[in-house]
Amino acid sequence: MSGLLELAGVTRYFGALGAVNGVSLSVGRRERRAIIGPNGAGKTTLFNLITGHLTPSAGRIVFADRPITGLPPHRVARHGIARSFQRNNLFPRLTVRENLRLAAAADGRGSYRLFGAVERLPEPLARAGEVAAAVGLTERLGDEVAHLSYGEQRQLEVGVALATRPQLLMLDEPTAGMSPEETQRMTRLLAALPREVTIVIIEHDMDVVFSLADRITVLHGGEVLADGPPDAVRADPRVYEVYLGTGDGA
Amino acid sequence: MIWRALGFSLAMVAVLLFPRVAGTYPVKLLEEILIWGMFAMSLDLLMGYAGMVSFGHSAFFGVGGYVAALALTHWGAHAAAGLLLPAVAAAVAALVIGFFSIRVSGVYFIMLTLAFSQMFYAVTFQVAALGAEDGIVGVPRPRLLGVDLNGATAFHVYITAFAGLTALVLWRIVRSPFGHVLRGIHDNEARMQAVGYAVDRYKLLAFVIAGTIAGVAGALYTQFVGSITPEAFLWRTSGEALLMVIIGGTGTLGGALLGAAAFILLQSLVSSYTERWMLLLGVTFIVFVLFAPGGIVGALRGRVGLRA
Repeated sequence: MSGLLELAGVTRYFGALGAVNGVSLSVGRRERRAIIGPNGAGKTTLFNLITGHLTPSAGRIVFADRPITGLPPHRVARHGIARSFQRNNLFPRLTVRENLRLAAAADGRGSYRLFGAVERLPEPLARAGEVAAAVGLTERLGDEVAHLSYGEQRQLEVGVALATRPQLLMLDEPTAGMSPEETQRMTRLLAALPREVTIVIIEHDMDVVFSLADRITVLHGGEVLADGPPDAVRADPRVYEVYLGTGDGA
Repeated sequence: MIWRALGFSLAMVAVLLFPRVAGTYPVKLLEEILIWGMFAMSLDLLMGYAGMVSFGHSAFFGVGGYVAALALTHWGAHAAAGLLLPAVAAAVAALVIGFFSIRVSGVYFIMLTLAFSQMFYAVTFQVAALGAEDGIVGVPRPRLLGVDLNGATAFHVYITAFAGLTALVLWRIVRSPFGHVLRGIHDNEARMQAVGYAVDRYKLLAFVIAGTIAGVAGALYTQFVGSITPEAFLWRTSGEALLMVIIGGTGTLGGALLGAAAFILLQSLVSSYTERWMLLLGVTFIVFVLFAPGGIVGALRGRVGLRA
């Protein structure tokens, strides 16, 4: 077991309900993993458990050979895990540049400086420019988030996560609510991300899933139903039954 | 940038030279405005930039005021007693109160900061060694760099210098990387955490900086009036600073100064005609909140077409 992200028996109860129930999985470096499953399968809860937004009731989470179980979100982020959210979770009154710059400066170096203008720390600003290019927002750098289209805000949502230079990028339905054109644009953008960044993506759009993923984990009722390469998962009759066959979100 | 620096310098010169053209009473009003302006600016760092609406900022104004009064009365008229000790005491108080208060936000933060400040009020109101409800009177002014601050001119320069220094320091802070982190926390605290910021530490540091400056303002106020009473801790002191910030325009610093000026001028001018000046203040506040939520600065910007 030397994957980048290792989950062993991760469980979370809400009252008596096991939202995530004994999930074990291993994501290797440079892998692109999709997590799929019907609504209520526990996908976002699983993300929240990994990123520290929720504390597991049981189980262990190891990232890059270091235990991160139960750490608060900012410490998980410092370990090199970044995530985007299903609903846009941006800095609405700040510019695109400042959204990305803040994320890029989150490693702490210099962020406690009380004096000296922000421009004196050139590195986060340069990173903001790079990421803006990667998510197709170079022309909107000076605009406030409130003035962006929904699709552009989704792109920025990924950009803010990417700006922190993560080893692992966790994307929670990046194409949620997007038009077919916007979805295509997002898929191209994700496919073009450098391989050094390991990606775990929750996604309902099967075209996106099958064009991006090296491997797919299917969650159902908080448990891992299937885990394997796309073709194997596609051919699995149980998966077909609970998910693909229902037409849900396809 | 150059225009701002020029404007600031001109304003400083105008304030410094004001005693040459005005009588004793207007000069006193101006000094009062400067002291309250410092206090309001420190609150604006919390409210306008970090998004932490404190209703207990009087705690630090009062701690600064009382420590200055005690130190100047008992240990002699040194600048350290008049400024350094009050600043340190206010910083420590802010560290302790902040440690507990920043754990909650919104209404709970308001209530907790209010509760802490009222504890100080209750204590100073009771303790005989602190003069109980009469407070500490007959506080001497310190000597600074060999200059006796009992002279009107020297004291005016002293107050002006500290108000200017405070404005400059806060102006730099809100433009620093730290200041930008505060704005990020204001806009979306959860996302700041998610990208890796130890949000609580930034909030606590902001709280301590604001508390320290409020403490210096309180110390200067004690020296200005020559006394300090438990009223300094009362919620009304916090409330007045809140009104100044809101009337002036939150998140602008300059607005806090203008708000302090508007508040104190209104108070002194109207109260000489009628005792119901609070009524007019209330109406003014309502008009601002309804029709100029950006405060004086927001209204000016809208008119001149200036941008932040």
